[in-house]
Amino acid sequence: MSNTTEKIEYVSYLDHQGKYKGIMSWLMATDHKRIGLLYMYAIITFFFIGVLLGLMMKLELLAPGETIMTAKMYNSVFTLHGILMIFMVVIPGLSAVFGNFFLPILIGAKDVAFPKLNRFSWWIFIVGSIMAVLSQLLKDGPPDTGWTFYAPYSTTTNSNVIMATAAAFVLGFSSILTGLNFIVTIHQMRAPGMKFFHMPLFPWALYATAWIQLLATPVIGITLLMLIAERAFQIGFFDPALGGDPLLFQHLFWIYSHPAVYVMMLPAMGVITEIIPTFCQRQIYGYKAVAISSLAIAAVGFLVWGHHMYTSGMSDQARWFFSLLTFIVAVPSAIKVFNWITTMYKGSIDVQPPFLYALAFIFLFIIGGTTGLLLGSVATNVQVHDTAFVVAHFHYIIFGGMGFAFFAAIHYWFPKMYGRMYDIKLANISLVIKFIGFNLLYFPQFIIGVQGMPRRYFDYPEQFQPAQVISSVGGFILAFGLFLMVYNLVKAAKSGAVAPANPWKGSTLEWQIPSPPSLENFDEAPIIKVNPYDYK
Amino acid sequence: MSEKTVHVDEHRDDEASKLGMWLFIFTELLLFGGLFLVYSVFRVQYHEAFHQSSLELSVTLGALNTVILLISSMTIAMALTAMQKNDQKRALIFIGITLFCAALFLFNKYFEWGAKFHHGLYPGSELMALLDRGHLLYFSLYFFMTGLHALHIVIGMTLLIVCYFQVKNKKINNKDYVLLENGALYWHLVDLIWIFLFPLMYLIS
Repeated sequence: MSNTTEKIEYVSYLDHQGKYKGIMSWLMATDHKRIGLLYMYAIITFFFIGVLLGLMMKLELLAPGETIMTAKMYNSVFTLHGILMIFMVVIPGLSAVFGNFFLPILIGAKDVAFPKLNRFSWWIFIVGSIMAVLSQLLKDGPPDTGWTFYAPYSTTTNSNVIMATAAAFVLGFSSILTGLNFIVTIHQMRAPGMKFFHMPLFPWALYATAWIQLLATPVIGITLLMLIAERAFQIGFFDPALGGDPLLFQHLFWIYSHPAVYVMMLPAMGVITEIIPTFCQRQIYGYKAVAISSLAIAAVGFLVWGHHMYTSGMSDQARWFFSLLTFIVAVPSAIKVFNWITTMYKGSIDVQPPFLYALAFIFLFIIGGTTGLLLGSVATNVQVHDTAFVVAHFHYIIFGGMGFAFFAAIHYWFPKMYGRMYDIKLANISLVIKFIGFNLLYFPQFIIGVQGMPRRYFDYPEQFQPAQVISSVGGFILAFGLFLMVYNLVKAAKSGAVAPANPWKGSTLEWQIPSPPSLENFDEAPIIKVNPYDYK
Repeated sequence: MSEKTVHVDEHRDDEASKLGMWLFIFTELLLFGGLFLVYSVFRVQYHEAFHQSSLELSVTLGALNTVILLISSMTIAMALTAMQKNDQKRALIFIGITLFCAALFLFNKYFEWGAKFHHGLYPGSELMALLDRGHLLYFSLYFFMTGLHALHIVIGMTLLIVCYFQVKNKKINNKDYVLLENGALYWHLVDLIWIFLFPLMYLIS
C-alpha cells in the first residue's frame, strides 16, 4: 500500500492467489467471501440429505401401516431430518452464507472484524456436522428423540443421544462465534460516514440475529451439557423418576429454540428487504420502521418460548401471558410485510426471478404467519397441538419463509458471487414448480392436522390417505423443482454468460464493485453520505 | 499481491478485540445463568435437603479458595498496569503469581473433590444413587457447577500462559497489550462466577 495513487490491479477473490494453493486456499481461507461459499456448499449438501430423508417419510406416509420402514426407523429418520435441517441448514443458513459474503461489502468493509475466528467458526461447524453424522452410524443406533431431545425420553432411550446433543452443542458454539463476529463487525467496521441508520437493511437484520445467536445459544449449550451429564451419571435434573423436572428441560430448551426461529427468519426478512427496493427501483417504505422492527422481533422473541408448552402443564397465568407476548411479536413481523408491499406501490417493477422468489416468500410467509396466530392462541393451540397442523405451519414459515428467501438470495446475488448469469427462464420455471409442489406438500397437512392427524406418527387411519397422497406427490414435485434450480445454477456457475457488475440496477454498495469482487472488496474505503436506497 | 494479504492480517483494532471479549463474556454468563436457574428451581423445591447437604462442604476450604481467586484477580490487574507502564519484568512476575494462585485453587479443589470421591460420593456412584432426591440434586449440581468452573479455570490458565510467553517475546508490549487485557478480562469472569458459586454452595446452611 506504499503507493496509493497507483491503481491496484483487479483480481477476483475466486482467482486470488494467497499463501495456500488448491483446496487449501479454500480450507485455510480467511476471506469472508470464500468462507461464505464454503458454508453454502456444506449447507446445500446437508439440505439435500435432509430433503431425501423428508422424501423417505413422504413415501412411508403414502399408505396407512408400515410401507417402507418400521416405526423405529421412522423415528430415527424424522430425528435426523430435524437435526440436519435445524442445526446444520436453517440456523446457520442465511447468516453464515450471505451474511458472511455480503455483510462486509454492504457496510463498506474489507472483511469481518475477526477473519481467523470466522475461519475457526467454519471449522467447528464442520466438526459438529461430522459428529451429527457419526451419531447416526455409531453402534447404539441413531437417536430417535426428535430434534427437540425432550426429557425424560432422551435421558432414558438407548440410542445415540449423547453424540447428537454434543454435535448440537458444537454447532451452537460455531453459531455464537459467527454472531459475535458480526456484532463487532457492524460496530467497528462500517465505512466512513456510515451511521447505523445509513446501513442497508440486511445488515440490520443480521445485527438483530447476531444478538439472538449470542445471548440465546449458551442456554441450549448448558441444557445439552446437563442432558449429557444426566445420561452419563444418572443425575436427575430432568427425569422425574430421579427427582428432576421434565418441564424444566422444555423451558430451557425453548428459551433458546424459540429465539432460534428468529435466527432463521430475521436474515430471511433482511434479504427480502434488499430485493424489493432493487426491483421496484424505489426507496424502501419506512426504512426506520423496518430496521427497528428487526430489533423488536429479536427482543420480544426472547419472551415467547412458552407457547410451545401450552399443553405441558404450565400454569394458566403463564399460558395467557405467553399467548399475549406471542401476539405482540406478530406486530413487527406485520410491519415488515406491509412495508414491503407498500414499497411496490407506484414502483417501476422489473419482474425477475429474485423478485418472484420474494413474492413467493411473502405469500407463503403470510400463510405461515397467520396460522401461527392460531397456534399462539391458547384455546386453538390445545386443539391442534402436536398435529400435522403444526408441521404445516412450521414448514410454511421455515421452508416457505427462510427456504424461499435463501433461494431468492441466491438468485439475487448469484451474478455478484460468480460473475455469471443463470438462465432466467429456467429459474422462473423452477420457481413455479417449487411453488406448486410446496403448497401441495404442506397445505393438506393443515387440513388433516385440524382433523386430528398427529405429527411424528408413521401410521394413520384411512380417512387421511387422500390428503397424505397429495402431500407426498407435492413433495416429489418440490424435489424436482429443487433439482432444476441446482442444475440451472451449477451450469451457470460453470459456463453462464458473463454478468455485468450491476445487472439489477441495485443501489447498495455490493453493486458498485466488480463481479466477482476483489479480495479486499473496495480499492479504497467508500465514503457514505446518503441512505442506501437512493433511487431516482 | 502478498502485500495485500499482509494488509488484511495486520489489520488491528483493539477496541474490536475488547468488544469481542466482552460479548464472549456475556455468553459465558448465560451459560452459567442456565445452571443458576436450575439451581434456584431445585433449591426452592428441596430447600431442606440443600440446607443439610451444604453442611457437608468445608466452608474454610471454600473461603480460602475465594480469597485465592480474589488475590489472583488483583495480581492480573497489576500485571496489566505494569505492562501499560512498559515494565515487562514486573508484568511477568504478576502473571506468574496469578498462575500460581490458579494452580493453588485447583490443588484445593482436588483435595475437596478427592475427599468426596474417597467417601464414595461422586456422580454415578452407588452412594449417590442411595441419596434422596434433594441431596442427589444438590451434589449433582455441586459437581457439575464447580466442575464446569474448574474447567474455566483451566481455560483461563491456558490463556494466561499464552500471555506470559507473549510478554516474554515482547509480542505483548506497552503499545499492543490487548491480548493481556482480554486474558485479564476473562480471568475476572472466572473469579466473578466463583463469587456467586461460593455462597450458593457453601454458605446456605
